[in-house]
Amino acid sequence: MKAAARVSRRIPVGPGIARFVRRNAWTLGIYGLFVAVMIFTISIHPNYGPYEIESLVVGALPLAFAAAAQACVVIGGGIDLSIGAMMAVANVLAARYMLHHDFQTAVLISLLILVGGILAGSLNGLIAVRTRVPDIVVTLAMSFVWGGVALLILAKPGGGAPDAFMALSSGNLFSPWVPNGLLLLIVVVSLVWVPLRLGRLGLAHYAVGSDRTAAFRRGVRVGPTRVFSYALGGFFAACGGLALMMSTGIGSPLAGTIYTLSGISAIVLGGVSLAGGRGGITGPIVAAFVLTLVPADLILTGTDPNLGQVIQGVLLVLVVMAGGLAPLLRARAIQRRVQAG
Amino acid sequence: MSARATGMRSGRWTVLQGQLRDRPSLVLVGVLLLLVLVIGVTRPGTVGPTWVANTILFAAPLGIVAAGQTLVMLTAGIDLSVAAVMTAAAYVAASQSYFGSIRAVILALAVGLVVGLLNGIGVAIFRVQPLIMTLGMGLVVSGVLLVYSLKVSPEGPPNVPDIVRTLGSGKVLGFVPNSALLWGAIATIVIVGLRQTGYGRLIYAIGDNPVACRLAGVRGWLVQLVTYVICGFLAAVAGLVLTGAINGADLSLGDVYLLPSVAAVVIGGTSIYGGNGGYAGTLVGALILTVLSSLFTLLDAPDPLKQILYGAIVVLLAAVYVRTAGDTG
Repeated sequence: MKAAARVSRRIPVGPGIARFVRRNAWTLGIYGLFVAVMIFTISIHPNYGPYEIESLVVGALPLAFAAAAQACVVIGGGIDLSIGAMMAVANVLAARYMLHHDFQTAVLISLLILVGGILAGSLNGLIAVRTRVPDIVVTLAMSFVWGGVALLILAKPGGGAPDAFMALSSGNLFSPWVPNGLLLLIVVVSLVWVPLRLGRLGLAHYAVGSDRTAAFRRGVRVGPTRVFSYALGGFFAACGGLALMMSTGIGSPLAGTIYTLSGISAIVLGGVSLAGGRGGITGPIVAAFVLTLVPADLILTGTDPNLGQVIQGVLLVLVVMAGGLAPLLRARAIQRRVQAG
Repeated sequence: MSARATGMRSGRWTVLQGQLRDRPSLVLVGVLLLLVLVIGVTRPGTVGPTWVANTILFAAPLGIVAAGQTLVMLTAGIDLSVAAVMTAAAYVAASQSYFGSIRAVILALAVGLVVGLLNGIGVAIFRVQPLIMTLGMGLVVSGVLLVYSLKVSPEGPPNVPDIVRTLGSGKVLGFVPNSALLWGAIATIVIVGLRQTGYGRLIYAIGDNPVACRLAGVRGWLVQLVTYVICGFLAAVAGLVLTGAINGADLSLGDVYLLPSVAAVVIGGTSIYGGNGGYAGTLVGALILTVLSSLFTLLDAPDPLKQILYGAIVVLLAAVYVRTAGDTG
């Protein structure tokens, strides 16, 4: 007890900037990483211009939404291994029903798909909450179910969407340096996330994620809140499926599967704790851009493009190891100081 | 809580439920028999000695990979790299068979050991969460395998070594599959090892309460490390058995085994939070999943529907198990 008191006195809780930096060290780190990777890209690719930015955004958009989806679920204390499969369902629905239609119909269809995503996510959450089967198992099994649904809708890659719809991600409205996809991402995420963080629901969301029992004793309705976090995940997964449609131009029942794994990589790099209740949504999204940029850079520098997956895996493990090492070293240092007197 | 509620409704059900809670494997065996009965009724004449032998043949890779998964889950971990390891082991064995079967098999098993060791180092020493560590390793393994496959075999498909083919699809006395014998041996070692050896008891202890273990002077990291190595090794063995059974290898061979390897363990009553369960349940779980997919094949269901039903039934079985065993996690 005495030692603990001494330790807490020795680590001053600085006000203002220092405290902000300490609290958001990881997120700031990922921003720094992004800037570093970006500088590196420009240095090896001197005429980096609007076209490159646009293709980066178009390529990263599905992963960014997948990361946002996974972040919502994980912050709420769960995990959803069916996000890739739900993205595939949204993707093939869009490709099948938007073909040969005009822009208005396409937008209407995408709204319906977003509602469908919310329902699909809620179903995952309801099953996990009601049956009390661990989240990993439920969503792993549900990934089979959603994968099957995607195959039922579209057995092989095909379909299409009106050009105006595709331009939502690839065109640019204001300046060639600001692609529409980036605006779309910012608008959609902030429309959902900002009100959430300001309201009671967001507080409950984080509370349930960080300690279910404590949240329950504080009067938070744990079950509905968990279902809500899955519904939010389903919504972003549907956004991801639509973004995939915009970037590839066709629907494919198997295209979504890799996004489950890359989404988890992105949230871990983006500073969301898998234990729940910690992290934000901007970190994972920036991490999604980093994860898209790094393999592209390596190809530019002449590395075998087939190593892309290896690089992603190694990056994931190394960053998490480094992240785990920092608190460990700090704890050791504190221990040493305590022992010293 | 649910037990109390049902107790008010009917006394006999409570007794039955009590029995079931003490022996949850009874429920599993019941489900297995029910599935066999359904096959027997819908397709009369299917169920016979040959069918049983073939079912065990197809269940063997799943049973073996799920053995490793059971051990890892008992320590409160999870290994999501097993599917990649299975594929890698199978592919390495097939592509190296030109240089001799023995060398091919040794290299394939080495793949499993190395991946397991790396997983173990990450989880046990660097304290990376098992989910992330094994997910990352899975990406690395399948990526490296892709590069390897482009380097090693531009001329023609790989060839499954003879020993592996005999192991995977041969039968002793024309009836008992070789892989069943191997599976039986592994199952015996795992079940007896978990019950009788100090290492086996430490696996449960680490999964149940790592802090208490550390205070008792257990080298927890060593137990975890060894467990991941064993899991990687068993995944490689399962990959060999699988490639022998279907007599071929490609780059997505093991992918379909990821969900079943986790599902067999969970259906079999091993808690994903560690410290609870055992391999006997997993064994029945693997058989249930295999019989289930052979039922779908017999009923001639289209692939997407098969996939949907498979996922739904896995959730259902896990839910039934959680209800009867009263395991609230």
